[in-house]
Formats: sequence, structure tokens, C-alpha cells
Amino acid sequence: MPNELEFERPILELRQKVDELRTLMETTGIDLTAEVAKLEDRLAELTRNVYQGLSAWQRVQLARQPGRPTTLDYIRGILTDFIELHGDRNFRDDPAIVGGIGLLEGRPVTVIGTQKGRDTKENIHRNFGMAHPEGYRKALRLMKQAEKFHRPVVLFIDTAGAYPGMGGEERGQSEAIARNLREMAGLRTPTVCFVTGEGGSGGALGLGVTDRVYVLEYAWYSVIAPESAAAILWRDATQASRAAETMRITAPDLMELGIADEIIPEPMGGAQKDPAEMIARVKRKAVEALESLSALPIAELLQARYDKYRAMGSFAER
Amino acid sequence: MLKDLFHKKRQYATIAGQTAEERMAAPVKVPAAAPKDNIPQGLVNKCQSCGALLISKELQKHVYTCPQCGHHFPVDARTRIDITLDSDSFFEYDAGLTSVDPLSFPGYPEKLRKAQEQTGLLEGAVTGEGTLDGHPVVIGVMDSRFIMGSMGSAMGEKLTRAMERAAQKRYPLLLFTASGGARMQEGILSLMQMAKTSAALQRLDEKGVLFVSVITHPTTGGVSASFASLGDIILAEPGALFGFAGRRVIEQTIRQKLPDDFQTAEFNLKHGMVDRVVDRKQMRETLAAILRIHAVGGWAHAE
Repeated sequence: MPNELEFERPILELRQKVDELRTLMETTGIDLTAEVAKLEDRLAELTRNVYQGLSAWQRVQLARQPGRPTTLDYIRGILTDFIELHGDRNFRDDPAIVGGIGLLEGRPVTVIGTQKGRDTKENIHRNFGMAHPEGYRKALRLMKQAEKFHRPVVLFIDTAGAYPGMGGEERGQSEAIARNLREMAGLRTPTVCFVTGEGGSGGALGLGVTDRVYVLEYAWYSVIAPESAAAILWRDATQASRAAETMRITAPDLMELGIADEIIPEPMGGAQKDPAEMIARVKRKAVEALESLSALPIAELLQARYDKYRAMGSFAER
Repeated sequence: MLKDLFHKKRQYATIAGQTAEERMAAPVKVPAAAPKDNIPQGLVNKCQSCGALLISKELQKHVYTCPQCGHHFPVDARTRIDITLDSDSFFEYDAGLTSVDPLSFPGYPEKLRKAQEQTGLLEGAVTGEGTLDGHPVVIGVMDSRFIMGSMGSAMGEKLTRAMERAAQKRYPLLLFTASGGARMQEGILSLMQMAKTSAALQRLDEKGVLFVSVITHPTTGGVSASFASLGDIILAEPGALFGFAGRRVIEQTIRQKLPDDFQTAEFNLKHGMVDRVVDRKQMRETLAAILRIHAVGGWAHAE
């Protein structure tokens, strides 16, 4: 299997053994059913143990695995009649953020998210899912449009961060993100976001001020990428695994710190092992969340959103 | 006189927002001020830009700018309040708010203690209310000496409370920013202070209350990508660094050397990201004029 991670190797090896035994059984006609069953039990147990005992850094690696559903996979999987809409009406269309409209179980929604590529060519086109100011401005335009037509907004976050480049600074990367934070806080329609892979700092938050924040089981969300944190803390980017533990960036950490509302369990081994199942789980959660949020009067919805962010943080008063 | 009209409307700084009981419950005890690093002190100071030797009195007279080359020396939060507000008008909010170590981050408590000892502050921002040329304002000033002015939970809470009081009292809000960004040692909680402060500003905005953001050196990262960029009017001190990503990160990403003036106040003015670059010697006057214009209220429409 391509893209196996180091810690997944024992699983792969055992699976190969099971397969060999099966082939042997077929070619020789010797009955090895009992042995195969025993090994399969062991395989299942090993698999469970490996994925339940993942370190923070192993989760980060899983979250970056190619083959995980991208934003467009989720969007196409959960909507019918999806129509992608482009451009910030100001500078250009940023391919690192996609958005549009469609029907979720027959009801209109606006969907927006950061978009990584499937291969190198697409990744270059998508700038590896790292957006420029025009991407955040496109997102805001679509959110305001959603507000106008009383459509809830579903957002997908999977980005290493906003792009640190020259053009982005010239065109106001800071301003674009800041404005989104403020406007999302007051958007008069229900909003939910899914952190599906990487939640890289301000570039993630720029699409993430929402009524509900759902984090996939192996996704991470942090103020700074583990590699950058390690470079600053210990002047050594190879200490990223240590930084990943220290920074408390995993889904269970995010629950404990009051940032995530719920963890969406991934199929065994991660979303990339069974994309269809992952997409179905995300869809169920989106439908359920929007149904309960849309039952609230807008004033209550906004107050609850404000209270949620107002309560975040930990401090003392002398 | 027109000026008297404004005086009538004006509500002078009161201590609402914090009852006597609350203040009793949270006695403010600030560590004694220690020497201030990189901030003008002593009898003679050397300009970091042109090397001129300046007598402290002269420097003070020029509000801590170099009379030779115009270089703006960094100033601490208290000095900034002194040179901005009317004398003796300042009433401080929430001086007892302080950081904790929510992630048990290695070395953070020591870092905090050191910053507190060095600055005489419990946290990297001072907030409160006072008057500027007679106009009541809510003011917040970040202090770059305190862990690079980084924003953690306590800083976010302090600024959010100031924003909420500005909204409640309908006093214009002035924020002087100076920060390396979100405080890494508080992880995701510090990132969320960007959302928290921006949400409070959304409410201030909705109430139609003026917010002037003043960018001072340096304002980057999470602070630049939240409240610093949300002023109705954004002023910047000459030469102040103002941007999202750090210069080194960008240079490594694009493998290219950046121009010297990249991300300076002047660069941002040219690219439309700030309204004006204002010399510190004119800052108080400029703010007073902005407050005067807004104190009149807008034009009334026929009923």
C-alpha cells in the first residue's frame, strides 16, 4: 500500500502474512482456516491498538495523509446540485478556497472551504490549500450572500495556514482574516465548520468562527504548526513531535480546552481508508447540527455564538 | 459656543463597570517597577537609528522621538497613556487580570514572572478610561516588553472587557497595538482570543461606536490579523512594522529577499492598509481632531 506511515508498518506486515496464508491455502488445498482466523483476530487487535494509542505527532502525520477526502470531496458527497461560485469581485479567484451553493437533503446551504490538491500539479494550482486575502474575501462574499438568502453555511478547514507571501501582505492578509473573524461573529444565519485535517492558525480561524466546531478524530488545530513551534522553542524543526505534544493540538485536547464541540470519529485507520464512510458521517452531523441551530431565533443564535467565544481562555484575577 | 454644546453631552469618566465590592475583592498588587529595557532611561540615550546622543529631558520633550532623525523610540504602556490622555484623567480597568499556564507549557511561568518583574505590569496590556482633549475615551495600550506584547487569554480578556465597556458607555475606543502575535505558550486558547476580541468589536461596530486603532512597532501575527486591522480609522507610527507573517518566514517561503521597507507603516499606507502615518509629536492632536469630528454626531435626518 502506498503512503503507509512508519507506525502503520506492523499492521501492513501482519496483513501481508494473512494474505500469504490465504494464498497458500488456495494453492495447496491445505486447510488453514483456524490459523487464518487467529491471525485475523490478532490483526484486528493490533490495528485497534495502534490507532487508539497514537501520539500527537502520529495524528498530525495522519491528518496530512494524501487520499483523505478534500473539501470538494465532502461538498460533492453531501450536496446535490452543487454549483461552485468564484472570485472575490476585487482582485482574483483564489483556488485555495472553494465555495458555492447547493442542496443538503433538499435544503439550500452555502459551502466554503480550503482546498488542497490531489497531486502535485493540482497542489501547485491550489497553493497547497494556503489561501491569499482574496480567498478569505471570496469566503466572506459567499457568507454575506448566504445571510441574504437565509442559507446556513457549512465550512471545511484543512490548511497548514494562510500563505505567507509578498502579494498576500500587500493586499492585506491580516485585514482579510480579521474582517472574517468580526463578520462571522455577527453573521445572521447558522454556521458550522468541520476541521477535516490541518487547522493551521489564523488561516484556519479565518473560516472558523462558527456556532459549531467539529473536529475529525485525527485532525489537529493549533496556533502554530508543530514544526514552526519547534523551530522557535528549540531552534530545531526536527523536534516537531515534541512540539505537537506540548501544544495540545489533537482532537481530544481541543475538546478538553473547550474549542471543539464534538469529535467526528474516523473510520479505522483514518478518513483516507474509507472516504465514503467519512463523508457520510460528516453529512449526518451537518444535517443534525443545522436542524438544531435553525430551531433557534437569530438573536439567541448570535448570543450563544458570542457567549461561546467570550468564554474561551484561561486566566486569573488578583 | 459650539464647543460648549459638546461639553453638555459629555459624560465624564466614572468608575462604572466595576463596583466597589468587585474592586475590594480583587485588590491590585503590582510588582515594583524594575528598569525598563530598550526604553529610554537614564540621563543620556543613544538613538538606535542615527546614533545621536540625546539628553533624556530633550527626548521627553520630543515625546521619545529623535530630534535629529525622527526615529521613534519604543515607549511602555504607562508612558503612552501619559503622552496621550489629559493628565490625571486615567482610570485603570482590570489591573489584576493575569495569565495562568493552561497547557503546563515548559518555562512559561518563569517567562511570565520575568516579564512581570521587568515591566511592573501583571499582563502585557493596560486598559482603562480617561479623557483626551476633554473627550472621554476607553483606551488600551499593549506593552511590547511583556513577552513581545503577545496575546494570551488574560490579554484577550482584558481587551475584550475594555471593548465591552466602550460599547456600554458609547465612548470611543483607542487601541495602541504592539505585539508579536498570539502567545504560543497558551496554544489554541491564544488563537481564540483573536475570535473573542473580534466578536466584541463586531458588537461595538453594530452600536456605531468609533474605534481607532493605532499601530505601533511591531504589530504582527494574530494581533495584526484581528483587532489591529479592524479600526474604523487605522493610524500608524512612522516606521512601525505591521504585517501578518514574519519577514523571515516569508523570505524562506518565497526564497527571495524582501525590500527594506516591506511591511512598514509607509508600505502599508501605500498599499491602502492604514489611513495615515502619524508622527508621535502629532498623534495626540490627530486623535483629538478625530474625536472632535465624531463627538458632534452625524447629520440628523427628517423624521
